[in-house]
Amino acid sequence: MVSNSGTDSYASDVAAANGADVYIVRTGSANLASVAAAIDRIGARPIITADPADVLIADRLILPGVGSFGGAMAELTQRGLVSALRERLSIGRSTLGICLGLQLLARGSEESPGVRGLAMIDAVVRRLPTEPGLRVPQMGWNLTEPRHTCRTLAGGFAYFANSYALREIPKGWRGSTFAHGELNPVAAIEQGDGDRLVVAAQFHPELSGSWGLDLIRRWVIGRPSIEADGAEPTAQLASRPAPRAQAVPYDRIGEEPCSRLA
Amino acid sequence: MLTTRVIPCLDVRDGRVVKGIRFQALRDAGDPAARAAMYEANGADEIVMLDVSATTEGRSAAARTVRAIRRVLSIPLTVGGGVGSIEDAARLLDAGADKVSVNSAAVRDPSLLTRLAGRFGRQCTVLAIDAARASGTYRVLTRSGTTAEPLDAIAWAAEGESRGAGEILLTSFDRDGTGEGYDLELLGAICGGASIPVIASGGGRTAEHLASAVRAGADAVLAASIFHDGVTTPDAIKHELSLLGVRVRPSRCEPVNCVGGVS
Repeated sequence: MVSNSGTDSYASDVAAANGADVYIVRTGSANLASVAAAIDRIGARPIITADPADVLIADRLILPGVGSFGGAMAELTQRGLVSALRERLSIGRSTLGICLGLQLLARGSEESPGVRGLAMIDAVVRRLPTEPGLRVPQMGWNLTEPRHTCRTLAGGFAYFANSYALREIPKGWRGSTFAHGELNPVAAIEQGDGDRLVVAAQFHPELSGSWGLDLIRRWVIGRPSIEADGAEPTAQLASRPAPRAQAVPYDRIGEEPCSRLA
Repeated sequence: MLTTRVIPCLDVRDGRVVKGIRFQALRDAGDPAARAAMYEANGADEIVMLDVSATTEGRSAAARTVRAIRRVLSIPLTVGGGVGSIEDAARLLDAGADKVSVNSAAVRDPSLLTRLAGRFGRQCTVLAIDAARASGTYRVLTRSGTTAEPLDAIAWAAEGESRGAGEILLTSFDRDGTGEGYDLELLGAICGGASIPVIASGGGRTAEHLASAVRAGADAVLAASIFHDGVTTPDAIKHELSLLGVRVRPSRCEPVNCVGGVS
């Protein structure tokens, strides 16, 4: 049933994700527990952080996000994370943006006019139109269809909860789309490969069942391109200082008082 | 195109799943996390957990139950029951809920919806409405159906949406647990006025009931007894729904799932 890489490598994919550290940015109101639980379930180790140094140098970073575009940018700015995120993304360090975490990559959003995003993508996020039979927020499972040959993005049903979306796959990115009436907005985009794999999903892979967990696993293990095989090893990565945050065992996430999460 | 969600509902009291008829005569229906995992494996699109605990100890157990469910669940989890403040909601979200539903407290203070939407987003804010027929209209009930409010359900749904609700969980008190089918008149009236998604609840037993709710405008159909009692599974009823022309998420890897360009 696995469509990505042939069934023989599936077991090794599962093994490869085992024990990997995955940093999750604490972005105020984002629902961290579901993201952390998904990372835990694929055998990797979720670590929640709001430290700009971690955000810059972690091998794998998830930028989750629920709430409003303007509110999330204000939160990132207040925590001093904007430049760390921009720098990390500009060198393509492995990052997974979820929902608002995709939208924040854009220049701006109709949701919060005048607020500048991380501006890694030269596009503006637009509101999904409401028509008879088309409710907004879009809340539920929609079919995603890849428009390119992707490393992580497979076709299949994904869980969405959004009122806004990018209308077109940006230049230089691979991607998938979903149907909303006559429109085909962006479901997810990706760029790079191996340990330089940036993926951003409008849907919630952490809530998209085993299909979503498979996507997260493909991102965690990275999938070096054929061209990259035998190319220079990433020596500079090995010499990086270790990220600073302490691992929080999944069982303890959520036991923290909410004031500290806020 | 979005598919219709089939949502098993776990009414949880003091850490156990219970189910009654018209909110009374509760009987035990198992462990919440085990149930949730089983329903996900059997094709559920989302899980709703409503804490119907009568005691304070039961209430504080709710976050533990949410945490236990989250550990095994990879689909969305909506949690409600006794949520009266931003802090209550934050506690449940931190424990692993993806959406929080409010009922009585929103009736007492509708600004709660606005504050929840402002803090956590509209997509996280579910307004649960329990409605009962009363001489040609629908009245809102609160406190687990024990208190009739001087509030028209259709007007309240519209106000809830304008206050910040991102979804409405609409339960017909008259049909709850009866298996007589959803109250389609109520559903049609609420869906006709809403631009946010509406979940139909109360009375669904057969695929025909569920399909009728979708035709009346529901975006999602919730049921409890039929799943708890083993009458059917989410997979089985979704298959029947697809034969009735309702678009659902195929629960197994069907060809459509396997098309696509991952190299």
